[in-house]
Amino acid sequence: MEEKYQDEFEEFLKALENGEVTAEYDGKEISEAVCPANGSGKGDNNEENNSIVSLLQEIQKEHHYLPADVLKEVAEKRNIPLMDIYSVATFYKSFSLEPVGKHKIVCCSGTACHVRGGKKITGEISRLLKIKPGETSKDRLFSLETVSCLGACALAPLVVVDGEYCGNMATSRIESFLEERLPLQKE
Amino acid sequence: MVNLTLNGLEITVEKGTTLLEAAKFYGIEIPTLCYDEALSPYGACRLCLVEVSKPGGRSKLVSSCTYPAMEGLVVRTHSERVMKARRLLIELYLATCPSSKTIQDLASKYHVTKVRFTQKHEDCILCGLCVRMCEEQMQAKAIGFVNRGAERRISTPFDAKSDECRLCGGCIYICPACRLRCQGPNEESPVCNACLNLSPPCLDQYDDAMCYMDPCVACELKIQK
Ligand code: FES
Ligand code: FES
Repeated sequence: MEEKYQDEFEEFLKALENGEVTAEYDGKEISEAVCPANGSGKGDNNEENNSIVSLLQEIQKEHHYLPADVLKEVAEKRNIPLMDIYSVATFYKSFSLEPVGKHKIVCCSGTACHVRGGKKITGEISRLLKIKPGETSKDRLFSLETVSCLGACALAPLVVVDGEYCGNMATSRIESFLEERLPLQKE
Repeated sequence: MVNLTLNGLEITVEKGTTLLEAAKFYGIEIPTLCYDEALSPYGACRLCLVEVSKPGGRSKLVSSCTYPAMEGLVVRTHSERVMKARRLLIELYLATCPSSKTIQDLASKYHVTKVRFTQKHEDCILCGLCVRMCEEQMQAKAIGFVNRGAERRISTPFDAKSDECRLCGGCIYICPACRLRCQGPNEESPVCNACLNLSPPCLDQYDDAMCYMDPCVACELKIQK
């Protein structure tokens, strides 16, 4: 090895040992916490999974879902078995392997919300957006999801639009409410 | 070295030995579904339950394949409580996957003759043997668990043919659910129990802890005929 690279190389090795080395994806750092040099092998399985979670979160933030080719690329770059990544990605509900819409509408179908007419609200939203719960509209603008209780039952029935919690929903005002927040198309 | 009591017997085993290994060493058979000597213990099937207690303490059921031998532990491998739990487990496995010979054999061996649960016909019991085989022995990690809860299943990444898979067949070799029952996969009745009527070729016979050879020779002979 050439003289001038020797130092650099040693520095790199040291960093590798300390787990400071980070890989890049798309010219951006995915997450500093992950390094194949630390936390591989048996026993510290949990740590490894944790780093996969943060990795996937970064990817999801970027793409709004987890594209298969990105996962494959990351697996290769990070030297993480693709199976592990796929297991974690399918384990958590918050990760999606399918493209989701730009706007995410979540309707609560928990007990309290159900009792106070959550089903009707979901039905109405589903009619307005022309998608069923769990689906994404063709133009990839909206995704509709239902969850069982968001822990804010006092506000039942509850709808969450792009992370904004909107309680005491009523079928009568749902249309104007959605129009305020979403680029709805009128026929 | 650790000293413990196994079925009333004072025994000494090396530190780090699991209760299952200890029992095996002393010739006591404990049924297993998700254990293999060559793979890391997993504790998924719970069939290897044993009752353990510290002197003076309450006893509890633990999976012996993952439980390390500890100083002063009192272990019972075939107590009434254990047998009851074990039979129930076998019954549950029968209700899940009646097409497996491994499970049918267990049922006969432990005198499980009926299924009181809703009958299902799964082809996997999620014992994880194939996953560990692929990872630990074949160094491939081509298959693994996907999804969770009721939807948990074994698959490859993206359910497509995996690049890591070398078609070694190790996963099929080790799978207890892939061993089809003697009458073939489409038998109507969920319990076979054909081996139940055979008297095992052992000298002594005990109800709960039988010592006949595994797989049962008498049973195998009958199938060949
Ligand atoms: S039931 Fe809807 S928030 Fe609890
Ligand atoms: S063999 Fe111990 S839990 Fe399956």
